[in-house]
Amino acid sequence: MCRKLLLPVVAALGLAFSQGVWSQDIKFAILGPMAFVQGENHWAGAEMARDEINKAGGISVGGKKHMVEIIKIDTNEIQSVPDATNAMERAITRDKADFLIGGFRSEAVLAMQEVAMDYKKLFLGVGAAASKLGLNVEQNYDRYKYWFRAAPTKDVDLARTLFAVMGSVAAQIRTDLGKQVPKVAIVAEKTAWTEGLIKAAQANLPKMNMEVVGLWQPSAVATDVTAELSAIKRANADIVFTIISGPLGIVLGRQMGELELPAVAWGINVEAQKDGFWQATAGKGNYVSTLDTYAEVEVTPKTIPFVRAFKARFHKSPIYTAATYDAINQLKVAIEAVDSLDPEKLIPYIEKNEYVGTGAIATYDKRHDLVWAVGKTSGIAVEWQDGEKVPFWPPQTKGMRPFKLPKH
Amino acid sequence: MFSDILISGLVNSGVYALLALGFSLIFGVARIVNIAHTAFYMLAAYALYGLMVIGGMPLLLAIPLAVVAVVALSLVCYKLVIEPVRQHESAVLIATIALALIFQESLLVAFGGSFRGIPNAVEGVTSIIGVRVSYQRLIVLAVVAVTLVATWYLLNRTRLGLAIRTAANDQEIANLMGINVSRVAMYTIGISVALAAIAGVVVAPVFVVDPLMWLSPLVTMLAIVVLGGLGSLKGSVIGAFIIGYVEAITVFVVPSGSYLKGAVALSIMIVVLLFRPEGLFGVVFEEER
Repeated sequence: MCRKLLLPVVAALGLAFSQGVWSQDIKFAILGPMAFVQGENHWAGAEMARDEINKAGGISVGGKKHMVEIIKIDTNEIQSVPDATNAMERAITRDKADFLIGGFRSEAVLAMQEVAMDYKKLFLGVGAAASKLGLNVEQNYDRYKYWFRAAPTKDVDLARTLFAVMGSVAAQIRTDLGKQVPKVAIVAEKTAWTEGLIKAAQANLPKMNMEVVGLWQPSAVATDVTAELSAIKRANADIVFTIISGPLGIVLGRQMGELELPAVAWGINVEAQKDGFWQATAGKGNYVSTLDTYAEVEVTPKTIPFVRAFKARFHKSPIYTAATYDAINQLKVAIEAVDSLDPEKLIPYIEKNEYVGTGAIATYDKRHDLVWAVGKTSGIAVEWQDGEKVPFWPPQTKGMRPFKLPKH
Repeated sequence: MFSDILISGLVNSGVYALLALGFSLIFGVARIVNIAHTAFYMLAAYALYGLMVIGGMPLLLAIPLAVVAVVALSLVCYKLVIEPVRQHESAVLIATIALALIFQESLLVAFGGSFRGIPNAVEGVTSIIGVRVSYQRLIVLAVVAVTLVATWYLLNRTRLGLAIRTAANDQEIANLMGINVSRVAMYTIGISVALAAIAGVVVAPVFVVDPLMWLSPLVTMLAIVVLGGLGSLKGSVIGAFIIGYVEAITVFVVPSGSYLKGAVALSIMIVVLLFRPEGLFGVVFEEER
């Protein structure tokens, strides 16, 4: 009797597990260089989103609740672009991901984008800034419409933010130091993504009443820039405009401090966005400032709670790739609104609706790029002051603090 | 500008000289092309980071410990990985590449891909002929100078040095003279890696420590030893100073092309090789055999 009852139960459970329980989950592949801080933040942001959504009961589709499953995909894209495309292929074909989120290095993301588009999978980029990614959508919508850039803004818009902050820094130099035409030294690593920004800086800074005293382009992996800094010191630069994404940012910050260069570093310095920057520069990175995404300031109502929860859980501040949190939540909202996982239904919804995330208030243009606006998607500016990363721009955002100049 | 070039070039050349000397030494004595040479330099920097920053050990204790640990590891690697295939130069080349990659990936797993910094031994800057130089860089220069002199003394004024030079000159004759060439090769590996490790621990506070830091100096070091003449110790030191100064001049003369400093240095190497295929102080291959 007992055996007769047990058999159907075991069979039913077997059937449920063979096709049921896991396939009920909605799978988000989180793609990033997992051995590096960018990938770590991709994953950490995704973990927070998963846990919060699942704790609240999951995502509703067709009257049923589905749990969120995140799959960690190490793209190794910093070291190898082919590794990244293989990882993307694996996420789609082997892991059967429903949605693809992440990417960091533009060259790799461009290649990954092709794979995702081949399979018509929704791919929300969180990390790469190259304009080409969005240009693809504009030029061939039917193929590339599955791509959205969730963070950061495209490189051209990063430049708009950079010059807006540069104007503010120059104004402070004029006021505090009495130098009406601040001198700017451009230091950019020699990579493809910096070229447009260099040209823009050389064209725009003189119009902003600043003098460009020179352009220095060390290798992206240079371990020593003392020769460059000696030349910059001789040029009497007040601002070192940095366009750097790699370890060069640490070397520059540290050696500027060591040589007591009386200039402020402002620009993009990805390494300076990380909490580890102060340690990596052995405490020499004072006055290094950079574009950033997260701090305990009210960019949106969700920013401060997110940053605090992130710090409490991971004991470090989030960097911009932690916006995987926003990407997953944005998809959750879209899925529940259209009541489907079908990208063809989700795309029009994401295109038309604003989403208030933790790092930005996102609306998309025809390239599926974030629409740039100060205080909405422009990001923030931070400066290292005595071991603390201090947010100082945009000044109207609640929680900003004063920008400091080095002693002259 | 001249003074800037003089000082900047001097510091970089010194570090290159340490690396190139060790690489050239082991090639000259044992004909081992040790691609893992700069990986040992990286290991020493990480060992110092681990002992000093994580372990809280004083600098003066951490430095010798780091150097000794890396030299010990190199000897184990020599016995287990290099010696069994020593007679096959291409196998040695591949084995040392594999070793370097194993070290790189192990550090990536252990420490992650983040960049690490080590505090200076002495803080502050001074001015030399109008150029600001940190005290740490002066320490680097001093250590490099002492190490180069010590190496010269070891090679030219001791019995071990005589054996090393004999083996470097002609291994068969050294064997016939009763010198245990295999043992001399092992001692040379130890000395060679010690030079790389010293370079690693002295520059670690000046540069950034990361699992890919061995790649950039590897290319420069290979250029130096080829320029100076494979196996020539004098050539390595002079080649290091040529490359170091060419890099410094490039940065000052063409600031927007400072990323080209490596390419300019390599181009000079190629030009020299066109006129002297054996390098500046190398032995002509036919003559050697």
